[in-house]
Amino acid sequence: MEFIQNSVLPHFNYWVYVILMMIGLYAMITKKNLVKKLIGMTIFQTAIILFYVSIGVKTGSTIPILEHHAEEHGEAVTDTGGHHEEAPGEHESHDSIHAVDPDHFANPLPHVLMLTAIVVGVSTLGVALAISQSIYKDFGTLEEHEILEKIKQGGPGIDV
Amino acid sequence: MSEQLPAILLLSPLFGALITGLVGMTDHRRCFPILATALTVSLFCAISLLAQVVKSGPIDYFVGGWDPQRVPLGIGIQLRIDGINALLLVVITTVALLTSIYSIRRAGEENTEKTPQFYMLSQMLCVGLLGITVTADAFNLFVLVEVSSLTSYALVAMGSKPRGTMAAFNYIIMGTIGASFYLLGVGYLYMKTGMLNMAAIHQILSDPNVGHSPTVYVAFILILVGVWTKMAFFPLYGWLPNAYSYCPSTTSCLLAPLMTKVSVYVMIRVMLSVFGSEWIFQSLGWSHTVVWLACIAIVAGSVLALAQVELKKMLCYLIVAEVGYMVGGAWLANHWGMVGAIYHILSDAFMTLCLFIAANIFIKNRRAERIDQLEGLFKKMPITTTGFVIGALAMIGVPPTAGFFSKWYLLRGGIESGQWGYVVALLISSLVNAILFFRIFEVAYFGKNPVESHDAHHDHEDETQPSSVGDSTLFSGEGRPTTVIPLLITAAIIVLLGVFNGPIVEIIQQALDGMPVVGAAIR
Repeated sequence: MEFIQNSVLPHFNYWVYVILMMIGLYAMITKKNLVKKLIGMTIFQTAIILFYVSIGVKTGSTIPILEHHAEEHGEAVTDTGGHHEEAPGEHESHDSIHAVDPDHFANPLPHVLMLTAIVVGVSTLGVALAISQSIYKDFGTLEEHEILEKIKQGGPGIDV
Repeated sequence: MSEQLPAILLLSPLFGALITGLVGMTDHRRCFPILATALTVSLFCAISLLAQVVKSGPIDYFVGGWDPQRVPLGIGIQLRIDGINALLLVVITTVALLTSIYSIRRAGEENTEKTPQFYMLSQMLCVGLLGITVTADAFNLFVLVEVSSLTSYALVAMGSKPRGTMAAFNYIIMGTIGASFYLLGVGYLYMKTGMLNMAAIHQILSDPNVGHSPTVYVAFILILVGVWTKMAFFPLYGWLPNAYSYCPSTTSCLLAPLMTKVSVYVMIRVMLSVFGSEWIFQSLGWSHTVVWLACIAIVAGSVLALAQVELKKMLCYLIVAEVGYMVGGAWLANHWGMVGAIYHILSDAFMTLCLFIAANIFIKNRRAERIDQLEGLFKKMPITTTGFVIGALAMIGVPPTAGFFSKWYLLRGGIESGQWGYVVALLISSLVNAILFFRIFEVAYFGKNPVESHDAHHDHEDETQPSSVGDSTLFSGEGRPTTVIPLLITAAIIVLLGVFNGPIVEIIQQALDGMPVVGAAIR
C-alpha cells in the first residue's frame, strides 16, 4: 500500500507506459497471428507516445499559447509599461516583462515530436499491413506456424 | 552556393524520388537517368564537402537559417559534417550509384511493373542514410532512421519470392523494436537535458552531476539496444539473413553494404558526439563487457557462416561477424581501435557490395545458389570470378586490399588495449573466412566443368535464358556489362582504398582529434 502511494501514484503515467510497452512487446514476440503481432507493435509505439507526452506535462500548467502578440512582447522588453497577461490567469501575473514563466505552460516540444512519431508509426503500420496482405496472397494464411510449415514443405513458388 | 552543399546533398535524391514518381510511371526507361543524375549530384556534393572538411575543418549547417548566433542553440536542426561522416557520405553515394548501374536491367527483370517504385524507394533510402550520417539532432536521427528503414522494408518485400515477404515482415517487427528503443532513449535524454541537439546534450552531460544520474545510464542502454538491433549485433541479428538473402538482388546490393554500416556509424556518433568518450569509457566502464559481446558476435557469425550451404546466406552471416568487428573496435577505448572501426565501415561497405554483386551474377547466370553449384565457374566467367576473388581476399584480409588494413588497425587497437580475446576472435574469424572462401575458390577453379557435370535439363534451362549469355562478345559467358562493370569498379576501389589507406586514416584521425574530449580520452 505504501509502495503504491509513494511510487506508483506520483508516477502513474510512467507505470502505465511501462505496462503498455511490455504488453506490446509480449504480443510481438509470442503471438502467432501476424495481425496480432502488428497490434502489439502499435501498442508498443503508443506506449512510447504516452511516455513523451508525460514528459511535457507540468502540474498546474496550461496549454502553451501566449495571449498577446509577438510584437507586443518584443516592445514590452524595452517598455516596462503594463503588459500583465503573459501568464494565464489563475497564477500570479508577473510584472517583469520577458517573464513568460515556463512553469505555467506545458512543454510543447515533446508533444510536437510525437506528431512526427505518430506519422512514423502510422506509415510503419501501413507498410506492415501491405506486406501481411502480400503474405496472405502467397501463403493463404496469416498464422505464423502455418506459414513456417508451408515454407518447410516448399509449396508451389516457395523455394526451400 | 557552396555553403548550401549539405542541403543539396539531401534534397537531390529526395526530389529525384518525387520526379521519378511523376515521370517514371508512364515510361520506365526514364527512371534510370533521373536516379543517376540525382545520385551524381549527391556524389559531387559529398566529394566537395570532403575536400572542404579536409581543408578547413568541420562544417555546421543550420537548416532554415536557425543560426545559434541569433537564436539559442537547440532551436532548429543542425547538420554537422566532419571528416568521418564526409568519408561515409562519399561511400554511401558511391555504393548507391554503383548499385544503380547494376540495376539498370536487373530491376526491370525482377519486378517489371514495379521498376519506377524501385527507383523511387532506392532514392528515398539514400536520403535516409545520408540524413542519418549528417544530422546533429538526436530526434531528427530517429526520423531519418525510420525513413531509411521503411523504404528498406518495402524494398525487401518487393521481390517475387514469398519467403522474401515473410522476411520483410520479421524485419519490420525487429526494426520497429530497435527504432522504438532508440526513441525511448532519446526521450530519457531529453528529460534530463531538455535538449535534442547532440552538441548541446553533450555540453550538459559533461557536468558530472547530470552525467552520473541513472536517467542518463538508462537512456544510453536504451539507445544502445536500439542501435544494436538495427545493425544486427549478434544476439539481435535474427532478421538479417533471411531479409538479405530472399530479397531481390538489386535490393540486396543496396541494403547489405549500407544499412548495417550506417547503424554502426550511428552508434559511434552517439558514443562520441552525444555522450562523449570520457563518459563512455571512464564513467560507464563497460568497454570490456561490450568487447566480449563483440567477440561472441564475431565467432558466432563466422561459425554460422561456415554452416551455410547457400552462398548468399553465408555472406549474410559474414555481415553479422563484420558488425562484431566494428562494435568491438569502437569499444576498445583506444585510438587505433576507433580508427580501425571507422576505416572498417568504409572498407566493409565496398567488400560487401563486391561480394553481393558477384554472388547475384552467379545466381542469375548459373542458377548457382549453393556453394557446390559453383563448379568450374572460373572457366565460364573469368572476369566475374576475379571480382569475387578480390572481394573475398579483402574479407579474409590479404594485403594490399582494404580488408587487410582495417584488420591491421583493429588488431593494433586490440593489442594496445590488451583485449586479447578480441585479437583471438579476429584471427579466428579471418581463419574461418579463409576456409570459407578457399572452399569456394577450389570449387570454382578446380571443379569439374559445369557442362559435363550438369545434366541436360540444367543446360537446357541455361539456354532458354538468352539474356544470361553475353550481350557483347567481350563479356560472353559473363553477366551483362552493366552488372560486371560495377563489380570491377568496386573491386578496384577495394584495392585503391587499401593502397591509399594512409590519407584516409589521417582524415579520420584529424576528425577524432577535433571532437570534444575525444582527443584526451582516446589518445
